[in-house]
Amino acid sequence: MDFDLSPDHELMRRTVRDFAEQEVAPIAEELDREKRFPYELVRKMGALGWMGIPFPEEVGGAGGDSLAYAIAVEELTRIDSSVAITMCAHTSLGTQPIYLFGSDEQRADWLPKLTSGEILGAFGLTEPEAGSDAGNVQTRASLDGGEWVVNGAKQFITNAGTSMSGVVCITAKTGDDEISNLIVPQDAPGYERGEPYRKMGWNASDTRPLTFTDCRVPEENLLGPRGAGFKQFLRVLDIGRIGVAAMGVGLAQGALDEALAYAKERKAFGKPISKYQAIQAKLADLSCEIEAARLLVYKAAKEKDLGRDFSLTAAQAKLKTGRLAVRATEEAVQIHGGYGYIEEYPVCRFYRDAKILTIGEGTDEVQQMVIARALGA
Amino acid sequence: MKIAVLVKEVPDAAVEKRIDASGRLDRSGEKNLNPYDTHAIEAAVQLKEGGTIPVEEIVAITAGPAGAERALHKAVSLGADRSVLLSDDAVAGSDVIATGYALAKLLERESPDLVLLGQQSDDGENYTIGAVVGEFLGYPSLTQVVKLDIAGETITAERQAEYGYDTVEIDLPAVISVGDAINEPRYPSLKAIMGAKKKPLEKITIADAGIEADKVGAAGSKIECGNFTEPPKKSGGTIIEDEDTSATVEQIVAWLDERKLI
Repeated sequence: MDFDLSPDHELMRRTVRDFAEQEVAPIAEELDREKRFPYELVRKMGALGWMGIPFPEEVGGAGGDSLAYAIAVEELTRIDSSVAITMCAHTSLGTQPIYLFGSDEQRADWLPKLTSGEILGAFGLTEPEAGSDAGNVQTRASLDGGEWVVNGAKQFITNAGTSMSGVVCITAKTGDDEISNLIVPQDAPGYERGEPYRKMGWNASDTRPLTFTDCRVPEENLLGPRGAGFKQFLRVLDIGRIGVAAMGVGLAQGALDEALAYAKERKAFGKPISKYQAIQAKLADLSCEIEAARLLVYKAAKEKDLGRDFSLTAAQAKLKTGRLAVRATEEAVQIHGGYGYIEEYPVCRFYRDAKILTIGEGTDEVQQMVIARALGA
Repeated sequence: MKIAVLVKEVPDAAVEKRIDASGRLDRSGEKNLNPYDTHAIEAAVQLKEGGTIPVEEIVAITAGPAGAERALHKAVSLGADRSVLLSDDAVAGSDVIATGYALAKLLERESPDLVLLGQQSDDGENYTIGAVVGEFLGYPSLTQVVKLDIAGETITAERQAEYGYDTVEIDLPAVISVGDAINEPRYPSLKAIMGAKKKPLEKITIADAGIEADKVGAAGSKIECGNFTEPPKKSGGTIIEDEDTSATVEQIVAWLDERKLI
């Protein structure tokens, strides 16, 4: 058993870390404060192949694997969650459905633009009454003269409302007991993006409600066979969990790194607070948990890359890392004391960014359900 | 034209530097390609891409432990065409002269028209290896270069000096060490990273390169590492309470004037 990353993965990690520290870190606070979408960074990441990491070169991707993708997500999140979720939602949720289930024509139409980062992809699953109970979608699509006519509303959708947004895959009822996914281009008539939400964190990422009012798309925009929508989104969410779990590890690591640096610098009662056992215990505990969580995430990625069933490990990784990120950022704020509560240090932003990781892409409770089911409980 | 770029793996900037029991730099922990060397590679790649002079090949060269392969991996992902690693225990502990000698012997095998390297390493910070290599090769060398133009056999370079810039012309072949103001290094794309392992990596020993064993390593080095002590703590300095800004300015000007700093 070998725990070393391959030279390629190691260099990828190094490269994303350098990029995150040199390009993202200097503007992360400003992007968050101004709730400004990081267009420039996304374009740079596109040029480096990072908006299509786990997709093969034949479809315009970078030809990397899930492990390379997880490492990139982790390193970005270590510095900024908004930039990371933008890449993550685009890759795992926006591009993945078309890659996995698209026809040759759909793949040729969309994948080169998506994987190069020319346009952003989004996935419209969640609705006001369909979150964890995602099968309860109310959005309806019916055929009329060779076109799907879509009516309904989606919410909490990432990446759909930027000037780079190009396409959203939405889940809709195409019959009484039939759920299908449809590809909706940005300019489809009747498709509207609402105002961005006022969020607790992830302020520089784009999250909005979407409405479809007699929105018309061609019949051939159906993704895969009619009625396959439920299975399709479960598969997409399974894969998405690896990315979001990598975010949890990255955010926890970022929090630990910030807390350690601060603890070595900050003096109280005549010596750095890092020399006090109370602080050391926090730092030590976090480092253990982060390392364990990281291995779980890499294992899930590796299982996927080897073509094995990774659903259980991905759910375990997602559950473990979301909670860890919340705890690690809380401890990091605690170690910073009053300075942690103001936007003087990144840990304040980290704390706000963490909570969504126990909710988005399947709540902790849904992960527990998935895990328990896999255990046979 | 053939360009050789000398590169080195160094402890990452974020790692606290420590001296180990043998008096050498503790090289455990996170490592990276010396940041100044990424500017040297970028300069080489820009010459190749610029097209004003035909560049047939860029070769990245390093001497170091097996881990130094990582530095070469990054160098080829950034645009070098192939790489050469001198990996031989006999080289460990070489000082600047011994290292320069070993690198010069590696370069002799390649006969490049231009040798580029970072002006300093993040660990040793000697600023001298380029000049030493140039001396051994009998090539002219320029250090701290921040602008580089090549026309025919002539290099016109601007080098950063304390008082401004020197504009210098020298003939090829030459050894040029570059500063970080020369360019903005690119990041390797994921495709470039994955393509890097397809580029040839040659591992050689000192015997392959015709390096005399008694001229390298700790034994071949004239520098002896003695007792290291912490640098003296900075004195407290002078704090001026600013009650009246113009009076403060006067005080600062007087302080600088006294020391002939203005």
